[in-house]
Amino acid sequence: MLPWLLAALTLAAAALTAPALGSHLYDVFDDRPNPAWDRWITPFETTLLRWIGETGRSAESVASYLQPLLLSNLLCGAVALALLLAQPGWLNTRGFTGLRWDLALHTTISFLTNTDQQHLIPEQSLGNLAQLGAMQFLMFVSAASGLAVGFAVIRGFSGRPIGNFYRDLLRSLTRVLIPASVLLALFFLVSGVPMTLAPPLQITTLEGASQWLPRGPIALFEAIKQLGENGGGFLSANSAHPYENPTLLTNLVSTWAMLIIPAATLDAFGRFIGNRRQSNQLLALVFGLLLLGVTVAMAAEQAGNPLLTSWVSGGNLQGKELRFGPALTGFWSVVTTGTMTGAVNGSIDAAMPLTILTALFNLFLQVVFGGQGTGAAYLLVFALLAVFLTGLMVGRTPEFLGRKVEKAQVVWASLILLIHPLFVLIPAALTLAAGAGVNGITNPGSHGISQVVYEYASAAANNGSGLEGLIDGTRWWNLTTSLSLLGGRYLPIAALLALAEGFRRKPALEPSPGTLRTDTALFTGVTAVVLVILGALTFFPVLALGPIAEALTLAS
Amino acid sequence: MTTTTRVMFPRMPRGPRQERRYLERPRQQGLVQRAVVESFRKLDPRQAVANPVMFVVWCGTALCLLLTVEPRLLDAQAGAPERGFNALISLTLLATLLFANFAEALAEGRGKAQADALRRTQARTQARRQGADGSIELVDSSDLRRGDLVLIQAGDVIPADGEVIAGVASVDESAITGESAPVLKEAGSDVAGSVTGGTRILSDQLTLRITADPGKGFIDRMIALVEGAERSKTPNEIALTVLLAVLTQVFLIAVATLPPVAGFLQDAPSVVTLVALLVALIPTTIGGLLSAIGIAGMDRVAQFNVIATSGRAVEACGDVNTLVLDKTGTITLGNRLAEEFLPVGGHSVAELAEVALGASCFDQTPEGRSIVRLAEKLGAVLPFAAESASGIDFSARTRMSGSDIPDGSEFRKGAVDAIKGFVRSRGGEVPEALDQCFERVSRLGGTPLAVCRGADVFGVIYLKDIIKPGIRERFEQLRRMGIRTVMLTGDNPITAGVIAREAGVDDFIAEATPEDKIAVIQQEQKLGKLVAMTGDGSNDAPALAQANVGVAMNSGTQAAKEAANMVDLDSDPTKLIDIVTIGKQLLITRGALTTFSIANDIAKYFAILPALFAGVGLEALNVMKLASPQSAILSAMVFNALIIPALVPLALKGVKFRPLSAEQLLRRNLLVYGAGGVVAPFLGIKLIDLAIGALRLI
Repeated sequence: MLPWLLAALTLAAAALTAPALGSHLYDVFDDRPNPAWDRWITPFETTLLRWIGETGRSAESVASYLQPLLLSNLLCGAVALALLLAQPGWLNTRGFTGLRWDLALHTTISFLTNTDQQHLIPEQSLGNLAQLGAMQFLMFVSAASGLAVGFAVIRGFSGRPIGNFYRDLLRSLTRVLIPASVLLALFFLVSGVPMTLAPPLQITTLEGASQWLPRGPIALFEAIKQLGENGGGFLSANSAHPYENPTLLTNLVSTWAMLIIPAATLDAFGRFIGNRRQSNQLLALVFGLLLLGVTVAMAAEQAGNPLLTSWVSGGNLQGKELRFGPALTGFWSVVTTGTMTGAVNGSIDAAMPLTILTALFNLFLQVVFGGQGTGAAYLLVFALLAVFLTGLMVGRTPEFLGRKVEKAQVVWASLILLIHPLFVLIPAALTLAAGAGVNGITNPGSHGISQVVYEYASAAANNGSGLEGLIDGTRWWNLTTSLSLLGGRYLPIAALLALAEGFRRKPALEPSPGTLRTDTALFTGVTAVVLVILGALTFFPVLALGPIAEALTLAS
Repeated sequence: MTTTTRVMFPRMPRGPRQERRYLERPRQQGLVQRAVVESFRKLDPRQAVANPVMFVVWCGTALCLLLTVEPRLLDAQAGAPERGFNALISLTLLATLLFANFAEALAEGRGKAQADALRRTQARTQARRQGADGSIELVDSSDLRRGDLVLIQAGDVIPADGEVIAGVASVDESAITGESAPVLKEAGSDVAGSVTGGTRILSDQLTLRITADPGKGFIDRMIALVEGAERSKTPNEIALTVLLAVLTQVFLIAVATLPPVAGFLQDAPSVVTLVALLVALIPTTIGGLLSAIGIAGMDRVAQFNVIATSGRAVEACGDVNTLVLDKTGTITLGNRLAEEFLPVGGHSVAELAEVALGASCFDQTPEGRSIVRLAEKLGAVLPFAAESASGIDFSARTRMSGSDIPDGSEFRKGAVDAIKGFVRSRGGEVPEALDQCFERVSRLGGTPLAVCRGADVFGVIYLKDIIKPGIRERFEQLRRMGIRTVMLTGDNPITAGVIAREAGVDDFIAEATPEDKIAVIQQEQKLGKLVAMTGDGSNDAPALAQANVGVAMNSGTQAAKEAANMVDLDSDPTKLIDIVTIGKQLLITRGALTTFSIANDIAKYFAILPALFAGVGLEALNVMKLASPQSAILSAMVFNALIIPALVPLALKGVKFRPLSAEQLLRRNLLVYGAGGVVAPFLGIKLIDLAIGALRLI
């Protein structure tokens, strides 16, 4: 009972705190004056913008928003890649050498795309300089880029100019991510998370063996990992490690931190369009989907493997951190896959098939809050498609947020629908066909399929978690997932911006009784169904052959 | 309103009485045969490729047929050749294609039949062309060019569209309107000044200036339109086609990547079953019916005797936010009739009637004649000899009419303001009672016409306006659909207000000029609204062009018809409301069938996936308990094929439109086509599976 209560409490805390942060995000991204912040931060921001020669004027076209995004991301990626390849001696007390090129490339792309899929063991391959200068640096950049895109899209949908990328990036950092991360880091610090540049501690275990205890500047790393929906661990065990997630409280606060910014983004969307009823309906939809997944996963983990219940009691304990137990680990798994964080506090590979099914489902939908900034944008796209498909049934050209949904919108939205099949199903099929020498699959049958599909889905959805039994540090995996990472990040961003920019240029219409209202429970229900059908129907065959077949086999 | 085009023949039937035969109406019974033939012809890949969804089915069919002939074509190690099963799947796929083609051909066929009927009116005729010097030469009608002068006489078929420049004649326009009563045509009149090629002049003679080159006349345009030759996809149809094409691509990837995935479980399905899965998943139902829905929409408009210049125009009707309607003829019955004489300034009713008669004796409008009738009923006699008097015509500027007689008396009737001005200009006094009468009549919703002789005001004629029965309910329906109605009228504000209230329009513009029409339209459009209007006169042409949907009356001028995107052959302005309904019906039908089609996928998955992968423990997903894997796949395919002809009537007739609010409509249609779309295939596939079992097909 207790885990259910704690899970409910965490979700409620996220739901209740979202409006406060949402109001702040609205101030930040709609350029509303906020004397307390402006007094200290504006001079700094202005200086920085002037230094790079930016006026901060809104982009007139998609290209003029997209170009600086790609350019700055490329530049940041290049710096990080260089650091990973070289790994100079400074702050590198254990003298790690540079990473193999494909691993360095994959790691850079993975962190740059807000995914943080890790094909390496950080504490055995990265020094503090790489952790801070490459990993943590990219965590901030990618989260801020995501937020910037998310709000550019929201601006477009609300009829405003899409904004200026540099300004958005900067304000995401100075007014949202950095202050929030510092506050959360302080909390982690107090809870016992290390924040040090000291070398690993060598201790003698009770058995008399000598062991290295890796430590580092983890508290801040941990904060941006959760808040920015990054998910990459300072340590390989990620949030299952006591240095990253020391107490039950940090465990719950971490789940809250994954949810809060995306939930607040949706809330801010309502403020942007001046219709909080609409955003509350969307929030209810997403919370509903999340709750559904949480219930399935928690129940499955708590029930445990039916073939083992006669030997083991207390649910599915395999791959779990016993401090948190099966149910709360199931809860975390759903939140982390839904929000595209990808941090883990237990092994998803060892989870029940239904938990894996829920996780995969989240990865395919990408809107159960979804990525930083982009999740809200995807949700708007699905709402737009729902309007287009069902809106015809009221006998008018469908309208969404007071603008007509016509060919251009459908083209961009459809393109977004195509990304996942392209970057998940095709490489997964190639990998499965490639044979054991290449694919690194460590499980026979359905679970093997799940491992492969999950890895690509996690990459394309920019999540980063994995069924980590997979031997994925190979050149094949590094390079193919890099493609999925890039395709799953930048193509949708371009399509989203194009969609939003085209949308805002359409004439705004006054609602009439003949207009289909989208802020009603009925329409929200319709959106949910469209979401499930369009987002998941495509993947039903692989889900059936993977986790569903596994679950049915276990049950029979 | 369901009159199909009645044809008046270019040549009357001749010969022995028994052999005389009138050509029949457009043949409905030949339609199906023609559509069947046409559906095979449409199997031509060059035609099939135009529809991306059905082209995938086409490719799948070809592949399955090859695999029926040689089952080991793609996989030399394949087990026992399953020729029978492959043949059955190929046949169902072929049937799916043919059904989709049939739907389209049937929709096109209706238009073609109509076009044929029109084409028969186009027999080449000889025309008397008038040269610059007045000489007459006989030329073929196809040699006439724009600007030529032509002389036509009773019995001739009018050789091309033209404008009457001299003469008065009655013309039979039943070939295009279906209305058999002859229409009077005369020069210089706005409405009666244009004639259409293919119609027949019944009496007298006319001189015409040809206004259309051969092949570009009104009937040619109508033929092209109803035949669908110029049918281009509407924006909404294109958007939907894009989405359906992308969904098809998505499912193509999902199915094409299955063999390696399933191969990992040593359970790779056969190519034919994969093709079956693909065809089941892609939206074939809506893909097969999409073009039929569009054509049928145009056709429904044509059945209302309205010719739309494009499908785009019909669709735009569904989106209309504001209707701009003329009061006269649309909201009220066309003719106002004199109801009562209200004398002022100490004059008697008899005196007033006499002056009114004097002012109206040259007025040939229905109103004028009704005044004459009422005055004569009251015993009035014309106070002067009609031959010696001269009539003063009504003009929009003076807003009055009347007669001048040689002794200098000026009889006038007209708008109260105009008469007041007239009286004052003649040095007369306006009695206060005039304003009271004016108000009284206006409050009754009538039109007050003041009457005077020279400087002396005699009183007011009460012209009664009769609101069309049932119009109020229609406006109520429109309001529920979210459509605003604006009434335009030349009446004074009080009268206009009373009529607006009685008829239930949302807004009105009194004392409106043609410029007001454009202003109203532009103002509404500035708010992002789509505006529809009807019009007939030349001065309506700019407004018709400005409106998003302009419906010209067939009785109207050539300019109006060219500016409009629809022409109403019956010249009934109320029809605009029906056209809006058809536009909405078109969109609803498209949306409903799309929803139905996509909702079907859920059941199809549950039928095919467990059958496809029986070996890996997915039997539990076989919720329909279908007999065998092969029977399950075949059932799903047969359902997929049969649902197309089952929905053809709906696609052609359109979903019944109910004037409900958006929310109610959505709820209703979601229940029928969304929930229905989920449930129906579960039942259908199970039934087909039982039938296949009973017939021992597999």
